[in-house]
Amino acid sequence: MTALLDDFLIRATLAGIGVALAAAPLGCFIVWRRMAYFGDATAHAAILGVALALAFNLSIMLGTLVMALAMALSVSALSGRGRAMDTLLGVLSHSALAAGLVAVSLLQGVRLDLSAYLFGDILAVGRADLAVIWGGALLVMGLIWARWSALLTATLSADLATAAGIDPRREQLIMTLALAVVVAVAIKVVGVLLIAALLIIPAAAARSFARTPEAMALIAASIGAGSAVLGMILAYHFDTPAGPSIVCVAAVAFGASALADLVRRAA
Amino acid sequence: MTLARLEKVDMRFGGQSVLQGVDFEISPAEIVTIVGPNGSGKSTLLRLLIGAERPFAGKVWRKPGLRIGYVPQKLHIDPTLPLTVRRFLDLPNRIPEAVANEALTRAGAGLLGGRQMADLSGGQFQRVLLARALLSRPDLLILDEPTQGLDQPGSAAFYRRIAEVRAELGCAVVMVSHELHVVMAASDRVICLNGHVCCAGHPEQVASAPEYRALFGTGTQGALALYRHEHAHGHDHDHDHPHTHSHEAAE
Repeated sequence: MTALLDDFLIRATLAGIGVALAAAPLGCFIVWRRMAYFGDATAHAAILGVALALAFNLSIMLGTLVMALAMALSVSALSGRGRAMDTLLGVLSHSALAAGLVAVSLLQGVRLDLSAYLFGDILAVGRADLAVIWGGALLVMGLIWARWSALLTATLSADLATAAGIDPRREQLIMTLALAVVVAVAIKVVGVLLIAALLIIPAAAARSFARTPEAMALIAASIGAGSAVLGMILAYHFDTPAGPSIVCVAAVAFGASALADLVRRAA
Repeated sequence: MTLARLEKVDMRFGGQSVLQGVDFEISPAEIVTIVGPNGSGKSTLLRLLIGAERPFAGKVWRKPGLRIGYVPQKLHIDPTLPLTVRRFLDLPNRIPEAVANEALTRAGAGLLGGRQMADLSGGQFQRVLLARALLSRPDLLILDEPTQGLDQPGSAAFYRRIAEVRAELGCAVVMVSHELHVVMAASDRVICLNGHVCCAGHPEQVASAPEYRALFGTGTQGALALYRHEHAHGHDHDHDHPHTHSHEAAE
């Protein structure tokens, strides 16, 4: 009995670490580009993906991946044409969530535990899920690693990137693809509403400890993974929901970081 | 021997015509300044030159293998992005230490390597951007309003530095500026742009051209007087104090 308990807790923790590691460097780019709502918009689209997957009897992973991708691509396509990015993301984010909830309610004869997708159900992660999560996480980390310099240059300035022979739109597309993959693999672990938190909070917390972008990504990854482990332990001991517990730990890390920054500035 | 050329270039953004029938040419080691009112297509012309935009009609030609150094109009580095000056130079490609140091020194940013980009003053930031543009030892240096936000001595020092860089590297320079009086002293050729090329030629020629006066109105007289004054002053100044670095130390 104890062995079984250990096993699902370990699986859940490993899943959380996988998502956190992939989300952290991606979250840094989202923070640097001031696109915090980008994660929300993509994640909210995933609810619509869940509904469509159930309606057409597809795998949920595939449905969320396709919808997250569609959302990310429309954001990329619509941006930079006279609309402010924050407005565009706000509109798409809330519309996608609303459309997803409506679509779920229209499904006949399907009993769907919506809260499992909204808040995640990390304790239900199986071996196959774990493989998908780590596969997706490694894919995203590899993609970001391989294109790090180009992504960073395009983030600094589209013009500088162009002058150096880098296509900033292609780099944005790569970031967008990576985000869609993270959302698709993370939906089961932390859920739609908390994916954006796991993207943004570790990155924001890492800022005041870092002097280079690489350091910030590594520190963010450590904070994210640490939050996953500590959050799981707390969730187990206090019988709190796992996803929100992880995010709460990350939020405490952000608080500590903000405090450290204040102290440093005062000194 | 031309480095780059625009032929009868038309440019539109969303049905709005920005440039009409613009011809432009830049030769080696030449300093060309583009002046013109806001919205006259100055930045667009530069972006066409570096290849960031494609012309709606007409041709843009660059000498094959042309190395371009570009200093953008404004580069906002988000304070959430931790970045040292040295690491900034390493984007997108790692630069050997010697090359980075040489570019920083040449741009007058020799002591800034370890500083955070977000903590730099306006003048320091511009010099770092210049250093970055010099890394590739460019044949053509393109600057879009490089002294925006600098005070007048700061701008004058920056333009003197551009002239030094041109003398050392032998690169051509194309820049956009609002500060007619300061820029004209440092330019071989001035192009007055307002959607089309209004007039072009030597700084003195352009300044006295009726098209130019029509465009800049009465304000020009004062600016021009100031230009003449600064020009003369600048020469005396150089003779008295050859060490321009002492000025920047105060910044």
